[in-house]
Amino acid sequence: MGIRILKGGMLTTVQDLGRAGYQSQGFSVAGVMDVRSFKIANLLLDNPENEAVLEFTLIGPTVEFTSISIVAITGGDFQPTVNGEPVEMYKALYMKKGDILKFGSARTGSRGYLAFGSYLDVPVVMGSRCTNLKSRQGGFKGRKLEAGDYIHFRKKCQYLPFFLSRKLDLHEFDQNEAELRVVMGPQDDRFSKQGIETFLNSEYTVTSEFDRMGCRLDGPFIAPKETSDIISDGIAFGSVQVPSHGKPIILLADRQTTGGYAKIATVASVDIPKLVQRKTDHKIRFRAITVEEAQKLYMDELRELDEMRKVIHKPCKEVLECRLPAKRLAKLFE
Amino acid sequence: MQNIKIVAAGDSSILIEFGSEINPEINRKITSTVQLIRAQQIEGIVDMIPAFCSLLINYDPRIITYDRIQSRMAELVKMDVKASAQKKKVFEIPVCYGGDFGPDIENIAANAGLSVEEVIKIHSSSDYLIYMLGFLPGFCYLGGLDERIHTPRLANPRVKIPAGSVGIGGSQTGIYPLDSPGGWQLMGLTPVKTYDPDRETPILLEAGDYIRFVPIDRGEFDRIKALVDRNEYECVIREGEV
Repeated sequence: MGIRILKGGMLTTVQDLGRAGYQSQGFSVAGVMDVRSFKIANLLLDNPENEAVLEFTLIGPTVEFTSISIVAITGGDFQPTVNGEPVEMYKALYMKKGDILKFGSARTGSRGYLAFGSYLDVPVVMGSRCTNLKSRQGGFKGRKLEAGDYIHFRKKCQYLPFFLSRKLDLHEFDQNEAELRVVMGPQDDRFSKQGIETFLNSEYTVTSEFDRMGCRLDGPFIAPKETSDIISDGIAFGSVQVPSHGKPIILLADRQTTGGYAKIATVASVDIPKLVQRKTDHKIRFRAITVEEAQKLYMDELRELDEMRKVIHKPCKEVLECRLPAKRLAKLFE
Repeated sequence: MQNIKIVAAGDSSILIEFGSEINPEINRKITSTVQLIRAQQIEGIVDMIPAFCSLLINYDPRIITYDRIQSRMAELVKMDVKASAQKKKVFEIPVCYGGDFGPDIENIAANAGLSVEEVIKIHSSSDYLIYMLGFLPGFCYLGGLDERIHTPRLANPRVKIPAGSVGIGGSQTGIYPLDSPGGWQLMGLTPVKTYDPDRETPILLEAGDYIRFVPIDRGEFDRIKALVDRNEYECVIREGEV
């Protein structure tokens, strides 16, 4: 009862919201890069918010189901097929024993998510099922998935109520550019006025040095007042650090816990998915907002997710329409 | 104590800056603040990253807003707490300096206006306090590097530095516990694994311990490495007064 990996794709790992609470010993949080797509994948299946999923990058995996399950696919469009037939994303999908779910390369976005109503059976390590590639911990044997790997399910999942309603009309990552809203600081005072203006008014390009740890951008030089070296301090998800070469590096899920370069700003949580779904050569702009605005955006997004939860729990049109012929038929028997 | 600054680091983290220098007094203040926060069990705090002179707190804005946590922390850092003195534990870490193991040692020497031999002598003649762990699992930030060999970080960080590398970044020195990108100037390599996920205690060192670097030659390096690979090497540990 589970899945067999037939092809691992480029970088497929088991992830959840990450392993928090151990950063004081130097352990990275890890976890999913695109929290929004992750949450939507789980909510389509009524899974717990933090249930582990597969995250894949640029080229997706091929997965064989050895038992029935219900799954949902979100994030970038990896052109998924089941037994060769295209299937929809952002929708609950019924998988039968022997079905082969295949992902191609990312047509839009760069990261995809596959959630399972039957829950993946990997051990909980220090409070999380996520894979930390750096310290080789958690997930499936602390590493990315490869052909031949087998992951069991933790429970049976053959039925979900409102099955046909469980779909959302979302196309999130079609653009080649993104505006990221940022909260300035904590070390924006290390940069000259001109440096800050450059940062907020220039276009930056995503380079090929873009992985789960961070994303290096190329573009105009951001001038520090004196030096951008600081006494090492803690790093948040989405910290924008600027080393002496003057080009921003945005730190992501597998970020180090601490670092010694000044951080000019921090990307708003709701905008991190926009960044992590970009590809090399895509364009990035930054816009400053207050911490209160960023927290409001975060709360708004949670309300949006609640709305989605309501939509997928209503009887859908197809179901309602089926009742019309039934009513007419009923009249004949009166 | 200097002015303490509390600033936002995005919408889910807050940074408390206790000062802008590395000294044991500031560091002890941070350690006690962390203990205080833990004791108070403030709801919404997800994780804490204590550093040399700052403390980053990750929180859940659904549970506690920026305003609330900001004022809560402002009250908390005003409290006066004392840390107790203790005996120091010094781990002796063998290091093979220079050559392929320390490609930047000439840089460090040139920057200091010293010979490579003098750099090695200075680097290996003091006990370094472990101020904090961070950056990577088990990575120790050490204080007390002699000012004469302070060296700026590389302008462009290296993409891969081998595990066990010993280097200098600004006023700090330390050991890379695993292969990683980084911007420090490399001066040598230790065969000792400060982090080993397959070991019973994956992390060898703790904040509050001390490290003493001991120069070894290539032959000694190979001998110790063979022992480490067989899981038979044990670090020499001395005890001393703080």
